[in-house]
Amino acid sequence: MSRESILAAIKNNQPDHQALPDLDAFRRPDTGDPAAFKKVVEALGGQVFEISSYTEIQALIAEHYTDLNKVVAIQDSYLPGAATQWETGDGRQLEDVDLAIIPGQFGVAENGAIWITENEVKVRVLPFITQHLAVVVAAKDILATMHDAYEERIARPESGFGVFIAGPSKTADIEQSLVLGAHGAKSLTVFLYTPKP
Amino acid sequence: MEHQHKEHALLAEDFNANEPRVNWHDETLWWIRQKRDKIAWSIPEWEELREAASRIKHNVLGNLHDYLLEFERKAQENGAIVHWAADAAEHNKIVLQLLQEQGVKRMVKSKSMLTEECHLNPYLDEHGIEVIDTDLGERIVQLAKEPPSHIVLPCIHKKKEEIGELFHEHLGTPAGNADPKFLTAAARQHLRKEFIQSRVAITGVNFAVAETGEMVVCTNEGNADMGAHLADVHIACMGIEKIIPQRKHLGVFLRLLARSATGQPITTYSSHFRSPKAGQQLHIVLVDNGRSRQLGREDFRNSLKCIRCGACMNTCPVYRRSGGHSYHNAIAGPIGAILAPNLDMKEYADLPFASTLCGSCSNVCPVKIDIHQQLYKWRQVITQEGYAKKTKAAGMHAMNIVLSKPGIYKTAGGVGRWVMRTFPAVVNNGMNPWFKQREMPAPPKQSFADWYKKNRPE
Amino acid sequence: MKVGLFIPCYIDQFYPQVGIATLSLLEKLGCDVVYPQGQTCCGQPMANSGFEHLTHGCNELFVNHFENFDYIVAPSGSCVLHIKDHLHVDGKEQAATHIRQRIYELAEFLTDVLKVDNLKAKFPHKVGVHQACHGQRGLGLAQMSELVAAPFSKPQQLLNMVEGLELIELKRADECCGFGGTFCVFEEAVSVKMGKDRIADHVNNGAEYITGNDVSCLMHLEGILRRQKSNVKVLHIAEILNSI
Repeated sequence: MSRESILAAIKNNQPDHQALPDLDAFRRPDTGDPAAFKKVVEALGGQVFEISSYTEIQALIAEHYTDLNKVVAIQDSYLPGAATQWETGDGRQLEDVDLAIIPGQFGVAENGAIWITENEVKVRVLPFITQHLAVVVAAKDILATMHDAYEERIARPESGFGVFIAGPSKTADIEQSLVLGAHGAKSLTVFLYTPKP
Repeated sequence: MEHQHKEHALLAEDFNANEPRVNWHDETLWWIRQKRDKIAWSIPEWEELREAASRIKHNVLGNLHDYLLEFERKAQENGAIVHWAADAAEHNKIVLQLLQEQGVKRMVKSKSMLTEECHLNPYLDEHGIEVIDTDLGERIVQLAKEPPSHIVLPCIHKKKEEIGELFHEHLGTPAGNADPKFLTAAARQHLRKEFIQSRVAITGVNFAVAETGEMVVCTNEGNADMGAHLADVHIACMGIEKIIPQRKHLGVFLRLLARSATGQPITTYSSHFRSPKAGQQLHIVLVDNGRSRQLGREDFRNSLKCIRCGACMNTCPVYRRSGGHSYHNAIAGPIGAILAPNLDMKEYADLPFASTLCGSCSNVCPVKIDIHQQLYKWRQVITQEGYAKKTKAAGMHAMNIVLSKPGIYKTAGGVGRWVMRTFPAVVNNGMNPWFKQREMPAPPKQSFADWYKKNRPE
Repeated sequence: MKVGLFIPCYIDQFYPQVGIATLSLLEKLGCDVVYPQGQTCCGQPMANSGFEHLTHGCNELFVNHFENFDYIVAPSGSCVLHIKDHLHVDGKEQAATHIRQRIYELAEFLTDVLKVDNLKAKFPHKVGVHQACHGQRGLGLAQMSELVAAPFSKPQQLLNMVEGLELIELKRADECCGFGGTFCVFEEAVSVKMGKDRIADHVNNGAEYITGNDVSCLMHLEGILRRQKSNVKVLHIAEILNSI
C-alpha cells in the first residue's frame, strides 16, 4: 500500500524541524476601516450601500436591479416577500435564482473579502449559483487584515464550509480583459449596516 | 533514445518566428508583473510576509510526515475519504475507479495543476470518460487540444480572435465575434449546463490545513464551487506539499497568493472545504509523484514550498519571450524548470539551461524559493549525471584546458584575435550562433595583459 | 592599500580599453594596483554551463594570483559574483575565503571601500544604465525592482558625479539583457530578442550611450547595435568615470 511507503520516504527525507514564525507583528490593534473596505470592494467591481436599517434594502434593490424574478433572502427582514421553500433540494433548485441576499459574518478591509459560511446560507451553492449576490455586513464587523480575521474570528472552523468572497465572479482569461460574471454571481452588492444610535 | 519533442531552445526559436506576437506576449505578462509590483508596494510589510511564508513552509517540510497524518486524521473525522497515490499512474487509477463506481461518463474539473502533471484527462479519455475543464482559460486550451501554457493564465498565449473561432466551432457562437465579454458569457452558459448535469466534480487544492483537515481552493471564476457544491461526489486532488500547519497560516498565504499571481488583493473566492455537504462523498487524493524524493534533495527541497502563483513566470524575461509550451512540461517557467528534472532528468535536461540566471524569479517568489540558484545547481547535477549534450561537454573541456593553463590561454587568445582580424569569415558565419543576429566584438591588436607589460614595466 | 586587478578573460582579449580605464581610475584614486600576469578566468563560463567540476584549475590559478592582496577589484559584477559564491580550493581554503571576502566589483569598491564622493570626470552625454543582473541581484549594487525596499544604485551614485552626464529613465529599470553566458549561443533566439528589447528601451528614452558594470552584457548589446547600424554606443562604467 502506497500510504506507508510514501510516509516512510517522507520521514526519511524530511529536513530538521524549524520553528514556526510568530505572526503577531502582522496584526493591527485598531479595527478595520469601513471606508477602506468599501473602496476595495468597489475596486473589485462590487457596489456598496451604507444603510442604517434593513428596511432600506428593499428600495435600493428596486432602484438598482431590473428583471428580478426569483429572489432568495436569508432573513425575512432583508426583503419581505422573497422566495420561500428554496432550501429543499441538492442545490440545483437554485438554478433560476436571480438574486440572493445573505448575511456576511465580517469583512476584511485590506482586500474586501467577506466571510460567509454554510451555517448562514444553508445551501452551499447559493452564493455562487445566484445570478446576483448581495451581502449584508455590519460596519462594526470590518477587520483590518486577514491575520485579524483568522485569529480573532475564525481561529476554529464552525461549519463544514466557509468562504471569503471578494467582489463578483470574474475572469481575465481572454487576453487579460477583465470580464465580470464568469461562473459565479455576475454582480456583488454589499449593504454595510450601521444601526442608528 | 531521441527526444520525442524539440528542446526548449528550438521551441523558443519557433515561438520567436513571429516577433510582433512575442512582443504582445511579453507586454501582456509584463503588465501583470507591474500589477504585482504595485500591490506589493501597498503592503509595507511585504518582505516580512514573504519571509514568514517561507519559514512556515520550511516548518512544513521538516514535519511533513506528522502533518500529513494529522491532516488525514482530521479529514477522516470530518467525513472525508483519504487516498494515497505514490505516482501519477496510481492517482489516475484511483480517480478512474471512483468515477466508475459512480458510473459517470462525463464530469467537471476545476483547475488543478496536479491533474495536468499526472495527465489525468487523456487517461480518463482513454477509459471513455470525458472531463470538462471549467476554468475558462483551461476550457479554451482544452477545446484547442493544447496543454495550458501558464499555471494561472492557461491560455495567455491565445489571441481573442483565435478563441472566437474555437467558440464558433465548438459552442456555436457567431463567426467573427471575438469580444471577451461576449465569449465569456457564452462560456458561462455552456458550462452552467455542465455544472448542473455533473454528478462528480474534481477540484485542485491550494492549501490543506493539518490542524483542521480542511482544504482551501481559490478561484476568481467560482468554477470550483459550482462544481463541488452541485456534485454528489467531490474529488479533491492534491500534492502532499500543499499541507500547512494551522488555520491562521492561511492569513499569510492568502495575503500573498493573489497579489503575487495577478496583482489582486485576494481571489474572488477562497473556499474552505471541511466536510462533505449532507449526502455528498468527499474524496481527497494525496499524491507523492516524486515529491518525497525531492524532499530528500537538500539543494532542491525548497522547490516544494511553491504555492503555484506563477509570479516567476510573469517576471521571467525568457518565459515571456519563449511561451509556456516551450518548456514541454505541465508547469512551465522557472519553477517548472526546477521541478521537472526531479520527475525525469533526461526528458527535462534542457530546462535548467533555459535561463540567464538573472534572479528576478527568486525576488518575486512569495515563499522565497531560491529558484535561480536551484537552476544553477540542476545544471551541475544534470551534467554530472551524464545528460549534457556531447558537443557541449567537448567544448567545455576544451575551454577548461585553455583557461586553466596561462600559457595556452595567452597563445590561444593571441591566435584567436589574429584569426578574427585576418579571416573574419572563419568566425562570422552561419555556423556561429552569436553572429546570426549580432556582430562579433572588433578584435584589438593587443590584449590587456600585453598592454600592461609594456606600460607598467616592473 | 594593495589592490590586485582582476581583468576577466574576455575583457583581456576583446576590451583591453576597459582594463586600462579601470587601472587608470584606481591609480588616480591613489590605489597601489598590481595586475598579476598569467591570470585567465574565474571559471564561470564552465560553471554556469553545468561544468563547475571542471573549474578546479581556474580556481587554483585564481588563488595563486590573488591571495596576497588586501583587495581584489574587477570591472565585472558577474565574474566577481562567481568568485564570491564559488571559489574553493582544497588545501587553500583560507586563502580562498580571504579572496571571496575581499573581492569587489569596481563600482562598489569605489563607493564602499574608497568612499569616493567626487570624481574629476566629464561626459556630456545622455546615458542609459544597464543594470547587469549578477551585479545588481547577486552583489546588491542597486535596489531590485521586485523588492519592496528603498531605492539606491551604486553605479548611478558614481555616474551622478560625472560632469555633464544626463542619466535617462528606462521603462523597465532592471530587466535582463539576455546575455546569460553560454545562454547567448545555446538559446540564441531568446537571447537576441531580449537584447533587442533592452536596446529599444534605451533608444526610445534617448540614450546616446549604454553603460554598465558588466562587459559581457555590453558586448552582447553592442553586437546587436552594430548589426542594427545604430549610432548608440556602449561603454563600460570605468570608461565614463575615467573620461576627462
